[in-house]
Amino acid sequence: MSDNGDFKPVIVGFLCNWCSYRAADLAGTSRMGYPSTLRDIRIMCSGRMDPAWVLHALRNGADGVLVVGCHPGECHYVEGNYKAIRRMNLLKRTLRQLGIEDERVQLHWASASEGVQFAEIVQNMTAQIKALGPLNWKQRNVDDSVNLAVAAGEHVHEGA
Amino acid sequence: MAEERVGVYICHCGHNIAGTVDVEAVAEWAADLPNVEVSRHYEFMCSSLGQELVEEDIKTLGLTRVVVAACSPHMHERTFRGACERAGLNPYLFEMANIREHASWVHAVDKEGATEKAKALVSAAVHRVVHHTPLETMKVPVEPTTMVVGGGIAGIQAALELADAGYKVIMVEREPSIGGHMAQLDKTFPTLDCSACILTPKMFDVGAHPNITMLTYSEVEAVEGYVGNFVVTVRQKARKVITDKCTGCGTCWEKCPIRVVDDVYEAGLGYRKAIYRPFPQAVPKYPVIDVESCTYYKTGKCRACQMFCPTEAIDFDQQDEVVDYKVGNVILATGYEQFDARRIPEYGYGRLANVFTSLEFERMVNATGPTGGKIMLRDGVTEPESVAIIHCVGSRDRRYNQYCSAVCCMYSLKFAHLVKERTGAEVYNFYMDIRTPAKGYEEFYHRLLEEGVRFVRGRVAKVTDAARGPGEEGKLIIQCEDTLIGKQRRIPVDMVVLSAGMEPRHDAEEIGHLFGISCSVDGFFIERHPKLDPMATMTDGIYVAGVCQGPKDIPATVAQGAGAAARVLGVISQGEVALEPIRAEIDEEHCSGCRICNTMCPYSAIDYIEELQVSRVNPALCKGCGTCVAACPSQVITGAHYSYDQVMAQIDGILIDVNRPVTAEAEVAAD
Amino acid sequence: MTANANGSYAYYPGCSLTKNAAAYDVSSRVIARALGFELNELTDWNCCGASEYFSLNQLPAYALVARNLALTASEGAKQVVAPCSLCYVNLYKTDKYMGDHADLNEKVNAALAAGKLAYRAGDVKVRHLLDVVVNDVGFDNVAAAVKKPLYNLRVAPYYGCLIVRPRTGFDDVEYPTTMDHLMEVLGATVVDFPLKAECCGGHMTQISDDVALELIRRLLHNATEYEADAIVTVCPMCQLNLDAYQDQVNRRFGTRFKMPILYFTQVMGLAFGMEPKAVAIGKEIVDARPALAKVTAEPPVQPKKKRRDKSALPMPSTEREG
Repeated sequence: MSDNGDFKPVIVGFLCNWCSYRAADLAGTSRMGYPSTLRDIRIMCSGRMDPAWVLHALRNGADGVLVVGCHPGECHYVEGNYKAIRRMNLLKRTLRQLGIEDERVQLHWASASEGVQFAEIVQNMTAQIKALGPLNWKQRNVDDSVNLAVAAGEHVHEGA
Repeated sequence: MAEERVGVYICHCGHNIAGTVDVEAVAEWAADLPNVEVSRHYEFMCSSLGQELVEEDIKTLGLTRVVVAACSPHMHERTFRGACERAGLNPYLFEMANIREHASWVHAVDKEGATEKAKALVSAAVHRVVHHTPLETMKVPVEPTTMVVGGGIAGIQAALELADAGYKVIMVEREPSIGGHMAQLDKTFPTLDCSACILTPKMFDVGAHPNITMLTYSEVEAVEGYVGNFVVTVRQKARKVITDKCTGCGTCWEKCPIRVVDDVYEAGLGYRKAIYRPFPQAVPKYPVIDVESCTYYKTGKCRACQMFCPTEAIDFDQQDEVVDYKVGNVILATGYEQFDARRIPEYGYGRLANVFTSLEFERMVNATGPTGGKIMLRDGVTEPESVAIIHCVGSRDRRYNQYCSAVCCMYSLKFAHLVKERTGAEVYNFYMDIRTPAKGYEEFYHRLLEEGVRFVRGRVAKVTDAARGPGEEGKLIIQCEDTLIGKQRRIPVDMVVLSAGMEPRHDAEEIGHLFGISCSVDGFFIERHPKLDPMATMTDGIYVAGVCQGPKDIPATVAQGAGAAARVLGVISQGEVALEPIRAEIDEEHCSGCRICNTMCPYSAIDYIEELQVSRVNPALCKGCGTCVAACPSQVITGAHYSYDQVMAQIDGILIDVNRPVTAEAEVAAD
Repeated sequence: MTANANGSYAYYPGCSLTKNAAAYDVSSRVIARALGFELNELTDWNCCGASEYFSLNQLPAYALVARNLALTASEGAKQVVAPCSLCYVNLYKTDKYMGDHADLNEKVNAALAAGKLAYRAGDVKVRHLLDVVVNDVGFDNVAAAVKKPLYNLRVAPYYGCLIVRPRTGFDDVEYPTTMDHLMEVLGATVVDFPLKAECCGGHMTQISDDVALELIRRLLHNATEYEADAIVTVCPMCQLNLDAYQDQVNRRFGTRFKMPILYFTQVMGLAFGMEPKAVAIGKEIVDARPALAKVTAEPPVQPKKKRRDKSALPMPSTEREG
């Protein structure tokens, strides 16, 4: 696998408030190092993750998107993470059609006590995306109609 | 939006952030972000001076939004919301960027990267905060009744504190009696006072307290609601004994012909009947029928207990009762289970008769136990001439539990003392380290050293009955490396006591799920903060006390039980709690009535209004997860404080420095 | 017997099985056939280096072992079975260490390249024959193959120190029990042999009589104490030491041990109804025939449950909690 030299990926993360954000906090308090590639956004539940956000991040320069929730069966809101799985599956199908590699958008689980695991998730994903290289949404041959469609999708939201 | 004035504050947190992140550079850079009125850095933003800085700026500069980049919002979000509120700004117009736990502490070796990430997180917060809207917390009254789950010493202490303060308590206990593990113990270290003597008065107080409703032989089945307003469903298992009629006279268990090993109270060392009261001082005094063992439930015959009961209190057809209780707060004090020593087969528990667990030994030395307090081998008659006590069984062992169980050293010393006192046998303690860090503990250790107890430092490799020579015949041989002399030793003894550690209850995780709290890697409940908030949990209104939160001894357990009660009293005396206004709202005008959201909601908080053909969120039930928001095909559900626009802006902000932005608009515009 | 999904294995007999442990080789092949799995002997396999080579020069030792792994892979096999515990450990650890240590992996492959071979760690799963019998074939299938249960034969299952010591997970490291269950399935009476995972002395017989004979004596003594009719082993070294040095032990210690030492595969074959000769019974030095004569057609009468002494305390159940 190529390591793509000095390329440092940018990964936008969506972390649920209860498990994974706390896992990231724990990684911090325990001083577990991981690459500074992850830029995270706190949401209440992985079930809140809107697929449009993932697309928006990818279109605007992120090389990957990481969604982390509570382990299945441990969701603070009972079953939000199951909804996240379903949405992720649909989203991935779309992304595949756009030619975007599976590794670029990942869904993982980390409980509030899994600081080590959280750090590992970021490390692994960084290595994978580093090997893939920059996303370069524009050069991806994603034709304008797709871009427009994605943008249009977003505008519906904004108008709402 | 354009006219918002944002104040940005970058915290040094002493060296914690400033040692890695170039805070000055971040502050300077942030000053140029859109809408930023002022950007400062300060040594400790959470200090009163730091907070005053924010308050002052709100007042003098007319800030309409505030961003503090510091530690985790789980640490200080409330602090800065308070500062905003004091200066007259709605607390929800504040946003926090976590540049400590999520940047400086994890990227310590990459200062440049950490600074770059800090900038991105600050930018994200600045972009987001202008989309914030003022929100009002919803105040709801607090039901003053508290539920205490678990009737061991932690739960007992918590219940009595609350009840004595004048508030109602519902105590739920799985076993037929309260008392927990402490009721099984004989003496307590280091004072050697009798466990029952100090516990039973408290048990009696719980049973007799007008403010305490005791539900023994009961388990929690479901929990609904939120802080101040929980509804807890409790299954009270059928005792098959009508407590209103029973006098606790004991005729039933005397007449019962079925004897079974008592794995709970007697730790497997003694017997009980199929109808039984766990121990003489049990509270309540009523027996229960163990349906699994009772002949009547197998053959329909016997009924000895019923025939002899003088008050006709036996009811074979009694059914479980399931009752809902409304409580404002819950204290979980579910305790621990002893590590199953069979999991270390080389120690021979279950194979070699004279290997005992520490709980078995507690029962043995207890005057009310199966041997009447006499220390003897499994044959029930022979007094041992030598006893080995093996420390750290299942604790401090990577194969099982990495943690120290905190109490085994001290109870092992106590055992050694009792053996010496009662038999004069030779006692060997096989230890890795002796840990005696509390009041009077080290002194007790020294006392034992002077009593002539032998200490061998090293983890025991195995316990075997395979003798190598005549001196070992008929003995249990402890094979161990004595690390102080650097030699392998084989020490023949008559009896082995395994000081087994504490483990979370086998169903701790399920209980955690019921109450919406999580367990650590070890399986113990996670407290809100390991040092500063060890009684609260991440779920408001749910508190923890005792060993269910982590191994600890009786004094620490009692302190935590009382502490949890104090926390609950604080909530009760406020009379009401403020609920986070983070919840969903449906724009009914644009709702198509498709009802997808209704099925999404795990709390059934979304009703379909038939006549209007729209869905509506019940704000009291909504917990704000946002699952429905993401699901709405018409995008007409707004998740307060986590709205679509807020997060979209946050994404724009977080990618501000990335040199690869290509948007369709830009492309189209460029064409 | 139904064909197993993993019904085919590369077979690495190792040097012992071609010489002193020929009985192990014969019986292994026989029971494999009876249980319906194939053992395909590797072409041109070489010595595993035993324990000596590793203590002299590690790198060539690893390369030596890796050659067998490379051969297995080149034959397209995914799993290699070794009945000898030392061969098993050497193969297992070479595969593991090559995966764990890039440096070793590189050097070993450089050596293999000289012979136009290569090996990638993890490509071959190394299995002990006992592991295959117990976990792939399974107790149920073994039970189905039993035709002459070994009723009334008291056996002490002796695992030796090597088989469970790489943490392969197929049995407990300190107190293995899989062979105990296997022997029960064959109808034998199993002795809870406390020294089941102790050392037999290994090659100490060549270095120090004092050490080796004492280690062997302990095992024989303990099995005799437990009234075992035979010791059943999974390792050629264990078999050799306990069998061939029994006489010397008796002479040195004035003991009268007459403990036959059999391979578990021989015992299986007997239970499957094979003639003793078919599983190479008779090759052993301490005659196994008197012990085998104890086998009866009827299961032993279970001793009446002794009424527990009233004063005795209950024994803990042997079932582990959840």
